[in-house]
Amino acid sequence: MGFELPLFYVFAAVAVVTSALVIGQRSPVYSVMLLIASFAALAGLYVLLDAPFVAVIQIIIYAGAILVLFLFVVMLLNAPKEAAPWERVAAGPRRAGAVLGVVLAGELAWALWHAALSREPAGGGQGMPAHAIDSVRAIGQVLYTDYAFAFEVTSLLILVAMVGAVVLAKRRV
Amino acid sequence: MVSLNHYLFLSAILFAIGTTGVFLRRNMITVLLSIEIMLNAANLTIVAFGRDWGAVDGQIIVFFVVTVAAAEAAVGLAIVIALFRLRESLDPDAFTSLKW
Amino acid sequence: MPSITVIVQLGLVFAVFVLLLLSSAAMVYAERKVAAFIQQREGPNRVGPFGLLQPFADVIKLMFKEELRPGGADTVLFLMAPVISATAAIAAFAVVPFGAKTTFFGLLDQPITLQVADVNVAVLVVFAITSMSVYGIVLAGWSSNSKYSLLGGLRSASQMISYELPYGLTLASVLILANSLSLTDIVNRQEGYWLGFIPRWFVFVQPVGFLIFMIAGVAETNRAPFDFPEAEQELVAGYHTEYSSMAFAMFFLAEYINMVTVSAVATDLFLGGWHGPFLPASLGWIWFLIKISALLFFYIWMRWTLPRYRYDQLMQFGWKILLPLAVVNLLATAAGVILLGV
Repeated sequence: MGFELPLFYVFAAVAVVTSALVIGQRSPVYSVMLLIASFAALAGLYVLLDAPFVAVIQIIIYAGAILVLFLFVVMLLNAPKEAAPWERVAAGPRRAGAVLGVVLAGELAWALWHAALSREPAGGGQGMPAHAIDSVRAIGQVLYTDYAFAFEVTSLLILVAMVGAVVLAKRRV
Repeated sequence: MVSLNHYLFLSAILFAIGTTGVFLRRNMITVLLSIEIMLNAANLTIVAFGRDWGAVDGQIIVFFVVTVAAAEAAVGLAIVIALFRLRESLDPDAFTSLKW
Repeated sequence: MPSITVIVQLGLVFAVFVLLLLSSAAMVYAERKVAAFIQQREGPNRVGPFGLLQPFADVIKLMFKEELRPGGADTVLFLMAPVISATAAIAAFAVVPFGAKTTFFGLLDQPITLQVADVNVAVLVVFAITSMSVYGIVLAGWSSNSKYSLLGGLRSASQMISYELPYGLTLASVLILANSLSLTDIVNRQEGYWLGFIPRWFVFVQPVGFLIFMIAGVAETNRAPFDFPEAEQELVAGYHTEYSSMAFAMFFLAEYINMVTVSAVATDLFLGGWHGPFLPASLGWIWFLIKISALLFFYIWMRWTLPRYRYDQLMQFGWKILLPLAVVNLLATAAGVILLGV
């Protein structure tokens, strides 16, 4: 599998660049579109991770539903471009925010680096065989047995979110 | 060979980008989008670890995270719409009347 | 000889691409002819015999038209929207199988399925790619900087999200029956006959599912009677009001290819794909073509027969009738599979 490493770097680069552009973008519509590109790259990474089900879920739910909702709201509100995104924030907090972001990235990288050095590879990294259809079957099996309670609670969560969204967004209930 | 660390570092970068977005942006929709980036960074970590351990549990947790993200987006956007009706603005600084 | 397999695969990709483009040309012609037949007219009859070359004349005309761009339009998104539409439409067909395994007259050692890419989560991939096609329409509506386009785009966004749910739920009921996510497996489960003469097509087990799938498919492809995104009387031409020339042609192409894809998926899921009597398995694609053509004719027939719904009726219908029906259908299927052990 000589393709895996180059593919990883391509997808990773796309994900990082588009995500960075999402937050550096004035127009919300562009932000949403760039985020879709970022999620598509992540879906590619999931395929590399032998998780085609998660990859497809990522596209169907994130790109196909959640971000359509975002786009819908952006268009519905005809959201104005942020007048001047960086100037609006006072210089102090702005710098602090940027510094904090860099510090966080560095901190995470440092922590990972040390964790990586001390850690023994568990499954051997590439130990998991790629059986996509079995993986969907296996996911179902575990999801509806071990995680049955969590699954049911999730449905309750969705119900609550649905009622909440309707109550919040509707002018007169 | 792509190792677990590759994914972990990528996820760290994405998470930092998302956090920076929440810090810096003054548009509630973009802030919500940044939160989605952070959730996805976490998802990537979980799937990478799941593959490393050879277990499907990672993918199942991602399934739950995505569901929660969907619920969060629905409620979050409903709040954004309600606030926009109130002040005609998406700037979180426009809604500070309870703060003093 | 892997190299020959690769060449054949590439040839297959190219052939599917060309056939899809040609199919949309054929659809344009068929639509106009059928419409003329229903309205007791002649239809196109000047260009070539029976007007058969009319679609090509149309394409040439479109190519030479001026590309207009409205002032205040968002250029990047305005140009991207038709590309997204057309790409999503064509890409969705990549995982749809349309014929039995074949060696191409002994050319190959290993028989391959007539399908561009055999993905074992094919059903979900089709679903994912079709769910992306909404972006082309929404962005076209937004970037045109025109209120008719915007209204068309907003309508299509809500319509497609709403009808994706019953669409997905009927997919799930077929998955329960077939016990597989691969379209090839699903088709092969429908081989053979009950009682010697009823084909084992899922449409006979899932009549309600088939109905819901087709209705939701019509809504997903924005065809009449659910063509609100482009309702002429209210919105000029909806999301593609401001488009001209080849950009407009791409939307047109996307619409027809989407119809072909929905019909092909419906054939694979419910109508037994390439399985049928009288023909040997190697000619199964003829059955496939016949079935697709029948469904496409149904589409056109519906467009010229039924009046357009009202928008709120569409939403009511989707959420209050179709979705509950799809849920009940899914539950009934699951119960049936458990109780009868099909």
